[in-house]
Amino acid sequence: MSLYEQLGGQAAVDAAVDVFYRKVLTDDRISHFFDDVDMDVQMAKQRAFLTMAFGGPNKYTGKDLRTGHSHLVKRGLNGDHFQAVAENLSATLVELKVPQPLIDQVMAIAGGARADVLGQ
Amino acid sequence: MPSVTFAGVSYAATPGEAVLDTLLRHGVPISNSCRAGACQSCLLRASAGAVPAIAQRGLKATLVEQGYFLSCSCVPEGDLTIEPAVGLEVNAAIASLERLTPTVLRARLRLPQPLAYRAGQYITLRRIDGLSRSYSLASLPTDETLELHVRLAPHGQMSGWLFNEAREGDEITLRGPAGDCFYTTGKIDQPMLLVGTGTGLAPLVGICRDALHSGHTGPIHLYHGSRTSEGLYLQDELTDLVRAHRNLHYAAILPGADTMSTHDALLGAITGAFPSLAAWRGFVCGNPPAVSMLKKKLFLRGMPAREIFSDAFLEAPRLTA
Repeated sequence: MSLYEQLGGQAAVDAAVDVFYRKVLTDDRISHFFDDVDMDVQMAKQRAFLTMAFGGPNKYTGKDLRTGHSHLVKRGLNGDHFQAVAENLSATLVELKVPQPLIDQVMAIAGGARADVLGQ
Repeated sequence: MPSVTFAGVSYAATPGEAVLDTLLRHGVPISNSCRAGACQSCLLRASAGAVPAIAQRGLKATLVEQGYFLSCSCVPEGDLTIEPAVGLEVNAAIASLERLTPTVLRARLRLPQPLAYRAGQYITLRRIDGLSRSYSLASLPTDETLELHVRLAPHGQMSGWLFNEAREGDEITLRGPAGDCFYTTGKIDQPMLLVGTGTGLAPLVGICRDALHSGHTGPIHLYHGSRTSEGLYLQDELTDLVRAHRNLHYAAILPGADTMSTHDALLGAITGAFPSLAAWRGFVCGNPPAVSMLKKKLFLRGMPAREIFSDAFLEAPRLTA
C-alpha cells in the first residue's frame, strides 16, 4: 500500500487542506506572503502541494516549484519560512492523528522540495 | 508563432498573447468586458485547432463540446481557426428603470421566454452596439422579470447609459447565466451568513429569497456594508422581508470612522456576533479587495473553505486611447 493510500488518499487531502491553510494564514512568520493572493487560487495550490507531499498523483516538477516560488524568493522567502511551513504541515498531521511514521515520510517528501522552492 | 484565423483572415499572434488581444490589435472588433475569464462576453468558437483548458473554465459542458472558449483567456498553443459566437444571445426588453439612490439603479428586464438561472448568478448585458457588462441577478426565476442592481460607475459606459439614456421598452440582449454563487438545497437548517458591499447586495438578496422560498429553516444573517448611508440602498424592503421571515436577520453597516474600511466594519460586526463559524455556509459579494479579505477572515473563524461562495465584482478595464 502506498503512502498516499495509507494516509487515506483524496479524503486525507480534503481533511488536511483547511486545517493546514488556517495554520499558514495565522502564522505571523509567513502569513504576509499570502496577503494579496486569492483564497480559492491558493487553496487549489495547497491541495496540489499536499497531494504531492502525501505521495499522491501529481504533476509537480522541480522546475515548476522553482518558477512558482521565484517571485516569493525575490520578496525574501528563505529557509526559516520553509521551516515554518514544514512545522505547520507536521502540526496539521498531528492534529489529524496521523501515525508518526507516516508523518515522517510526508516530511521527508516535503523536505525534498526545499532547494527548488528556495531557488537554490 | 501561432496564427489566428477569424472570418477567413489570418492574424499573427505574438508569444503569450491572448486571442482577444491579437484580434483587437488587428482592429477586429470583439465584445469584451472583464478580460479575466468571468463575464464571458468575449466568447468565440474554435472550428479547428486546440483550445487550452483554461480558456473553457466555467463554461457549460454543451458549449465546451462545441468548441466555445473565452478569447481573453486563450493563449493559443498552435494555429486556431475561429468563428464568432452566434445564437447564444437572448433577447430582452427593459421593463423598468428605478433609481434607488443617485448612484444605484434597479433595472428590470422582460424576456419573451423564461431563462433558466439561479438567483445570485450573473448575466452579461449586451447593448445593440456590442457594449457588454455583467450584472448579478437579484430576482428568482419565478419572478416576472430579471432584476439587476446597477451601480453608476465613474465614466461607466453601460451604467451611464442605463442611468441617463435607456428607456423602458428599449431592446437589449443578454448572455448567460454564469457563476456558482447561489443557494443549494440539502442542509436546510444550516446557519448562513451573507456579506456584501455596495451592489454586492443584489446577488445576496436573490440568494436570501431563494433560500426562503426553498424552505430554509436555519438562521440567515445578511450584512450589507457601505461607505455612506446612501449606499445602504435597500433598507426599507429588507426590513419588510425580515418582518415576514423570523429566521432572516439583516444588518446595515457603516464604518464608525473615516479611517475605517467598509470591510473592517463588516468584519467587526460579524466577529462580535459569531465567535465561531464552523457549521456555517457563507456568501461574499462586492468589491474584490473586500471579498478577498472577508473570505479569508470567515475561513479563519472556522468556516470550511468548501462552504464559502463568492462573487467579486470586477470592473471593466478603462479604455486607453
